[in-house]
Amino acid sequence: MPYISHSDADRRAMLAAIGVQSVEELFADVPAHVCFPDLNLPPALSEIEARWELGSLAGANFTTADGPCFLGAGAYRHFVPAVVDAVLRRGEFYTAYTPYQPEVSQGTLQAIFEYQTMICALTGMDVSNASHYDGATATAEAVITAVNVHRMKRRKAAFSPYVHPEYRAVLRTYTQGMGLEVGDQELDNETACLVVQYPDFFGRVKDLTPLAEAAHAAGALLIVVANPIALGLLRPPSEFGADIVVGEGQGMGAGLNFGGPYLGFFATREEYVRRMAGRLVGQTVDTEGKRGFVLTLSTREQHIRREKATSNICTNQGLVALAAAVYMATLGRCGMRQVAELCYHRAHYARRRIGEIDGFSVVEDGPFFNEFVVRCPCPVSEVNEYLLAEWGIIGGYDLGRDYVDLDGHMLLCVTEMNPREEVDMLVEALEEVTA
Amino acid sequence: MTEPLLFELSRSGRCAAVLPALDVPPADLPAGLMRDDLPLPEMGEADVVRHYTRLSQMNYSVDTGFYPLGSCTMKYNPKINEEVARLPGFVHLHPYQGEESVQGALFLMYYLQEFLKEIGGFAGVSLQPAAGAQGELTGVLMMRAYHLARGDTARNVILVPDSAHGTNPASTTMSGLRVVEVPSGAADVPSGGNVDLAALKAACDEHGDRLVGMMLTNPNTLGLFEERVEEIARLVHARGGLMYGDGANMNALLGIARPGDLGFDVLHYNLHKTFGTPHGGGGPGSGPVGAAPSLVDFLPGPVVAMDEQWSEESLPHFTFVSPPKSIGRVKAFYGHFGVMVRAYAYIRMLGADGLRRVAEHAVLNANYLMSQVKDIYRVPYGRACMHEFVCEGVVSDAPDVRALDISKRLIDYGFHPPTNYFPLIVHEALMIEPTETESKETLDAFADALRKIAEEARANPDLLQQAPHNTPVRRLDEVRAARELTLKWEG
Repeated sequence: MPYISHSDADRRAMLAAIGVQSVEELFADVPAHVCFPDLNLPPALSEIEARWELGSLAGANFTTADGPCFLGAGAYRHFVPAVVDAVLRRGEFYTAYTPYQPEVSQGTLQAIFEYQTMICALTGMDVSNASHYDGATATAEAVITAVNVHRMKRRKAAFSPYVHPEYRAVLRTYTQGMGLEVGDQELDNETACLVVQYPDFFGRVKDLTPLAEAAHAAGALLIVVANPIALGLLRPPSEFGADIVVGEGQGMGAGLNFGGPYLGFFATREEYVRRMAGRLVGQTVDTEGKRGFVLTLSTREQHIRREKATSNICTNQGLVALAAAVYMATLGRCGMRQVAELCYHRAHYARRRIGEIDGFSVVEDGPFFNEFVVRCPCPVSEVNEYLLAEWGIIGGYDLGRDYVDLDGHMLLCVTEMNPREEVDMLVEALEEVTA
Repeated sequence: MTEPLLFELSRSGRCAAVLPALDVPPADLPAGLMRDDLPLPEMGEADVVRHYTRLSQMNYSVDTGFYPLGSCTMKYNPKINEEVARLPGFVHLHPYQGEESVQGALFLMYYLQEFLKEIGGFAGVSLQPAAGAQGELTGVLMMRAYHLARGDTARNVILVPDSAHGTNPASTTMSGLRVVEVPSGAADVPSGGNVDLAALKAACDEHGDRLVGMMLTNPNTLGLFEERVEEIARLVHARGGLMYGDGANMNALLGIARPGDLGFDVLHYNLHKTFGTPHGGGGPGSGPVGAAPSLVDFLPGPVVAMDEQWSEESLPHFTFVSPPKSIGRVKAFYGHFGVMVRAYAYIRMLGADGLRRVAEHAVLNANYLMSQVKDIYRVPYGRACMHEFVCEGVVSDAPDVRALDISKRLIDYGFHPPTNYFPLIVHEALMIEPTETESKETLDAFADALRKIAEEARANPDLLQQAPHNTPVRRLDEVRAARELTLKWEG
């Protein structure tokens, strides 16, 4: 039988050692009237059949690898070097658990310590934790951290409307029991934090210094939700005065995977380290004076502090953080910059070309990174259906989903995975839409 | 053996990645918004691969040996699941693609919801929660929302047994609710280690009108089935409260009993424990939540619905819907899809009979191992266990030896230590969960090691206190780590 090695002889010997006649006897504590239900599940498959079934389900999808993709909005098609999956496939990494026993977990611990160091380099912040579930939950945890920094005395979180709409939704869910007021509101002396995105949801890049100054003048923290790929090129949020920098790390080696598992990164100033949620790896020495790494500051965490913990988070996003670390190590100082430049220049080329198409217009509002807003001559859903059906192109994100006044506006994304030919093809296809 | 840090291996001017040349006219870069430098490592590809390969060799893992970490269900992770999760038709799917182009993925999610409903005995499942802890937060918020939707606004108390995982009280606090701890029965009474019913009744009397519900792990963290779970549920329900099931220990119940049938109203599953998906060195997990009819409308959305049935002419059609009174999203997008693919494959490979055999063998292995070690280390709650058991890491005539020393010495024998010092109600706890995927020989070898270690504890306690002896590093100074707080490489 799958994944169980016992023979009948093994089972007999083990039951005898326990002193029972049958396995059923071991379940004597379970109420008899609900014990051993007949589960209505489809018959078991062999490995050959399972591969066939999963293969046909995968084959029923049309993916971003099957045609040019210009969809972003928080999940991005970026290059994943082969090195990343080669490392992730090592059983020593993916079949281990949280490094509770540091002597036999130095591989995981050192990899996280290096990850923390590289996230600090990218964001410019002092400390990074070992990761969160995704960008949205990292943002929610950042807001909770800000409220905790103010010892729960400030109960408002000002949230820019140009932060990812699903992040705001997650924040509302997380804080619905805490009595937190979340919204696009003025800063006052009850505001714990101001949350902004960089580049924002529409792709725009702005100097955040005035916002940091305004937040700090009101005694609030500035939380920046940053795109790590953009940080290969752009000033780190620390330079504007950010207090917490979080974001979605999916672009760094995680692939698209239909929305998950992704990676929430979280970095902050040293002074807030004891208020932050999530696992942390620190450096120390062993009894012989050799350098080693351990989980540290666990007195903030649920398994020690229980109801007084900074968060209920238990595991981090270990393997996806490892992917991001391998990604950053592989691309390194110049590769990260090159990827960001390819995104930037190709997106600018695409926006210029699309702006020249009759019927389409681009919304110009200062510098942008690799996403931009296009006003379409017909509903976005119709444009996308046409692109997919006639050209095999996956079009942009329909902003009318989240912003009532932006019906007919499409958010397009261009990355290093879209060569010029794909952009030219998109332009040709959009010209057909108006024709 | 230690490994230099990436930053120590880095040499200026190296780059492992080769990217395409720029094929469009360059645009102006925004003045004042460009970063000066990005201090990331500079490495060749072979050096990156060797670095991470060497790091991997410093890890203990399920693929290298026995990992009886209690409450974590470190079972073998089937390789076919890794293969199918990497199919291009799954990996390259963007979450915002039109539904028509992702019907294969929605099919998989829909039927995984259905399988989990059937296995747990629930009316609805949301796959969105990212991990067990997030599933708990979800479930507690759903219970809270249920009462509020009925205009029952005064309820703010959650009962939590003293044997519960720390995430239970932490999730309660995050939901703005108050924890009231319920003691377990002493070891020397019948049903010892289960919830003390008299104490539970008293708590229900004291907090009845304010009761949101109770969080209960079954089997509990002592590895014992809550014999009177139905009575517990009746007591809580009689006060208008709801029952939350922490599904961390579901491995013992597959095909044995359905939590929904036992009186639970909402429960989280841990796909990374029960359904064989890898633990990843600490995530990604996945914590889907199942709900009884009364709570289905409060599940986080979106969930997948079938809007066109199977017919002779056509395949079914699927769409995302949001439950009408949903607490909202707990995560961007739909959950850990890559983990769902692995769990779906696992359930399809096992079927109903296979799942029942998983639980039976998990319980058989735990009871067998307990029978082999209970004469060496005291098992305070010693009746038949479920998937795990807890013994005291104490050796008579070796007063200076602690559970931690025994654990560290197990490393020298080639095993991963059990969970230490949890649950809190057992002195010097060693919590041992063998799982169903271990052979009798492995269990015998582990019991032998524990026996030899007890002898060593008496003859040469220093050997244990200095253990482990052959690891890349010896025992680490955790106090210094917290005091000096070096959380990144400083050069």
